Amino acid sequence: MSIKEYRTASEARGGLISVKHTPGIAFGDRVRITDSRAETRDGQVIRAADDEVLILVFEGTDDLDLNDIWVRFLDEPVEIALSPEILGREFNGLGEPRDGRPPVLSNTRRPVSGAAINPAARTYPREFIQTGISTIDGLNSLVRGQKLPIFTGSGLPHNRLAAQIVRQAKLKDEDTSFSIVFAAMGVSYADAKFFRDEFASSGVLRNVVMFVNLADDPPVERLTLPRTALTAAEYLAYDLDRHVLVVMTDMTYYAEALREVATAKGDVPARKGYPGYLYSDLAEIYERCGRIHERHGSITMMPVVSMPSDDITHPIPDLTGYITEGQIVLSRELNNQGIYPPVHISPSLSRLMKDGIGKDDTREDHPHVAAQLYALYARALETRNLASIIGADELSERDRRYLKFADDFDKRFVAQDEAEDRSIDATLNLAWELMSAFPRDMLTRMSETELAKYYRATE
Amino acid sequence: MSKDRLGVVRDINGPIVTIDLPGIRSGEQVRIGEIGLVGEVISLSGRQAVVQTYEATDGVRPGEPAVGLGWPLSVELGPGLMGGIFDGVQRPLSKIALQSGDYIARGIDVPALDRARQWEFEPNRALEPGQQVGPGSVLGTVQETATVLHKILVPPGMAGELEEVAPAGEYDIESTIAHVRDAKGTSHRLALYHRWPVRRPRPYRRRDDGVSPLITGQRVIDTFFPQLKGGKGAVPGPFGAGKTVVQQQIARWSNADIVIYVGCGERGNELVDVLESFPKLEDPYSGRKLMERTLLVANTSNMPVVAREASVYVGLTVAEYYRDMGYDVVMLADSTSRWAEALREVSGRLGQMPVEEGYPAYLSSRLAAVYERAGRVETYDAGSGSVTLIGAVSPPGGDFSEPVTSHTKDIIETFWALSKELADARHYPSIDWVTSFSAHVHTAAQWWHEEVDRRWEQRRTEALALLARDAELSRIVNLVGPEALSDAQRWQLEGASLVKEGVLQQSALDEVDTFCSPEKQFALLDLTLSIYDKGMALIELGVPVAELAEMPQLAKVRRCKSMYNSDQVDSIRAFAREVEQAFEGIRIEYAKQTTD
Ligand SMILES: Nc1ncnc2c1ncn2[C@@H]1O[C@H](COP(=O)(O)OP(=O)(O)OP(=O)(O)O)[C@@H](O)[C@H]1O
Ligand SMILES: [Mg+2]
Repeated sequence: MSIKEYRTASEARGGLISVKHTPGIAFGDRVRITDSRAETRDGQVIRAADDEVLILVFEGTDDLDLNDIWVRFLDEPVEIALSPEILGREFNGLGEPRDGRPPVLSNTRRPVSGAAINPAARTYPREFIQTGISTIDGLNSLVRGQKLPIFTGSGLPHNRLAAQIVRQAKLKDEDTSFSIVFAAMGVSYADAKFFRDEFASSGVLRNVVMFVNLADDPPVERLTLPRTALTAAEYLAYDLDRHVLVVMTDMTYYAEALREVATAKGDVPARKGYPGYLYSDLAEIYERCGRIHERHGSITMMPVVSMPSDDITHPIPDLTGYITEGQIVLSRELNNQGIYPPVHISPSLSRLMKDGIGKDDTREDHPHVAAQLYALYARALETRNLASIIGADELSERDRRYLKFADDFDKRFVAQDEAEDRSIDATLNLAWELMSAFPRDMLTRMSETELAKYYRATE
Repeated sequence: MSKDRLGVVRDINGPIVTIDLPGIRSGEQVRIGEIGLVGEVISLSGRQAVVQTYEATDGVRPGEPAVGLGWPLSVELGPGLMGGIFDGVQRPLSKIALQSGDYIARGIDVPALDRARQWEFEPNRALEPGQQVGPGSVLGTVQETATVLHKILVPPGMAGELEEVAPAGEYDIESTIAHVRDAKGTSHRLALYHRWPVRRPRPYRRRDDGVSPLITGQRVIDTFFPQLKGGKGAVPGPFGAGKTVVQQQIARWSNADIVIYVGCGERGNELVDVLESFPKLEDPYSGRKLMERTLLVANTSNMPVVAREASVYVGLTVAEYYRDMGYDVVMLADSTSRWAEALREVSGRLGQMPVEEGYPAYLSSRLAAVYERAGRVETYDAGSGSVTLIGAVSPPGGDFSEPVTSHTKDIIETFWALSKELADARHYPSIDWVTSFSAHVHTAAQWWHEEVDRRWEQRRTEALALLARDAELSRIVNLVGPEALSDAQRWQLEGASLVKEGVLQQSALDEVDTFCSPEKQFALLDLTLSIYDKGMALIELGVPVAELAEMPQLAKVRRCKSMYNSDQVDSIRAFAREVEQAFEGIRIEYAKQTTD
């Protein structure tokens, strides 16, 4: 087959155009559309029939005069060129430069759609990453190869938290830093600038590839952006043997773009107008993260997902939570109390923590400390709730102890300075300090040996 | 059936491809395009057939060839299944990795069972040439793994006079091991394996009621909401509540002979977890490595959605095959919601009318048909085998009124409802004792009463009553504060807390407590409840609740589960006597004080 070109399209709606009488066009192929002013747009074949093809136009179909365009079928999948030069650069969702520098030239070209990792080729992620943040390291540890999103809401400091993690993340007792792939979808100019400046000031810029689609850029391009970014991440991880941390923000805008296109295509909606395949679509993105047998590099992923109206059951955070290996949930209530980072530990979870912590990885008491703190805090929150109904004075002595614990926990364990990089030992020691406010007998999750070694009664 | 008929691709719409191929049948397998993607015909109209493909269709063009293969989606059944990992259409993933590397390439054609491997076949000495045989007749055996003796059966649909059986020796799975002449006089060659279409349940002689509980080693399941061998159950819950852990715990510790674990649209790493840990873990019953009795079907969330739909049937068919050998098989499907979503996606692409939340009208009947393949049966050779089917359900937003959860609830017999509140408080397993149910308590009780303790059902009821009382009292406390409660009521709260922490909570990550034998389960329950009873008796005598709540033994009750393993039930009983004496001490002390 070869490149084919057509003069007209028959119909355009919501980012899609259809072209008639186009035999033999391959499904998924790349398309270039040129208008009368010689401006080009990119597209992809999303339905290929004998007599008609449907094309998704990444730059949208606004102002497109269907009678005066050239539609070229390039006879190749949507791919990007990759070389070590991508580090330090900024691209759009199709891998075209946004930084005014020339395109990347390379013979290494990869289709952005990727392929599924064979589950039999994966290895289980188990290397603890120290982020320097107590609520993460101590209670919801991140490991290399994990996908751990930040669930947030508008106005919450998720960008600052993500930036702090990028600055501080390292393996315990090891200095190898991460290469960063940063994927921005539909974010504001200010947010993109925040990250760019952050990377520059912390000196990691040479180690970062940015893929950016701003709020006023064409939404359809957001559909390929994370795929393009992950193709770059896979290249860095598996061709260049690097450990890659992918920060993606904001997956909610990605999903909204998907909904827009799905609606235009007439796909049957499931919840809140999102198409039934949103789960599979998100999974294709998130599951590209992980560790592979006998490969030195790895892909760790930290997507930012904002919860519309702070609702964790909204389809986007909900389906994300069903795919990722846990979530870090930010709370407006903590944020309003001036607590940074406002991590609400109860709904937060790291599923891969179990194999990355303990004697050989962090410290032998770590698993039980995490379980014990969770149990105490759960009870403490109930008590706080009760106190707000009946008043703190009505509480028993035991309950008042819980109440105090809840406050200490929020102020000392959760809260930390944006520049504070707490070691895991410091986090665990702090945990023991807080737990030691309880009588020894109440710490039923700890073993006798751990109590003997670490428990220090305060009274 | 005519083989290898040639047609042409007309329209590619994601995984749904329309082809022109006169004479093709509904359900038939098709190879699409130059690259040879496999798919299955799901509807016919005139010359045209609609095909759902198990692989991504990128790069396929209208005009490329389409070939009818002449058979429906089938699996290979024979030695070599155990310990393996297969994709949703039974392609062996480890072999595919050898061929195509870390990513799954498309159009790969690798048979499920190893053709080169030799198996030691031991013919059934009771068989004589000339004898009549039928489906389920045992032709011989192959030691598939150290724990699994694989019976080579005459497949369903085959009956007649046995002409010959191969002598003992080494055979590959394609070698002939018997000839059977049917009633029409045609001689059929039987090999160590045969094929079976996955959407057709395998026949059996008769369905039987379940009689014995599936012991999972998980207290809240075995003691409170028991499952029977041959039963069907569901584990619904929001993300992160613990569905996968429940299923993996059952895969690890249940007393089934065979475990089929179907990862249907879930995480790749969860299957790797099983794949890496099971070869090291020991089956508590046989002492052998768990992987030797386990088969994984892996169609993770990022793998093609149509193969996800197929994966459940592939798993079920293999489960039924081992059931037919007389084994108790457990099949875990994680998650049936992803399976249902695959149905929804295909039906949406076909333009079928959605009824609820985009799901097609046939969702409930398909679900029911899937669960109906579970059951305990009398096999053709008069043995007994079972398939227990346990499906995870992932309701959007954790809302149990959504279609998949509500239809599933109508079908199953045990319902382990996971609660977000419990999970958030790290009360694991987060099985909610109020909304969960089991239709099998009565049957299970007979087993417990004979094998463990005659007071099982009574103790179970007492514990649930105490938990119900706890819920009521907690409501009162939340309205008016704890001061309003009497000492007896406070002791009830303490008792319920002991039941929750000492019995219900069970960490899958705790080396000792991850598995709990029925004897230990009952010992812990009995210990906790007798403390509660003794304490209540003292409170009725006037002992203040504060004095009891401060007893150091209560902390130990909460820890007992991790201090003593299943072989140390005597130590738990000894501790129970110790606590009893402590109570007695308080009683005597108190009696002295009051008479002074
Ligand atoms: N019995 C248990 N013991 C200890 N930890 C548990 C237990 N059950 C669940 N957990 C914890 O909860 C986490 C989430 O559990 P799991 O992965 O089973 O959730 P899930 O319901 O399958 O979620 P999803 O629907 O997203 O797959 C686990 O990684 C583990 O940390
Ligand atoms: Mg799960």
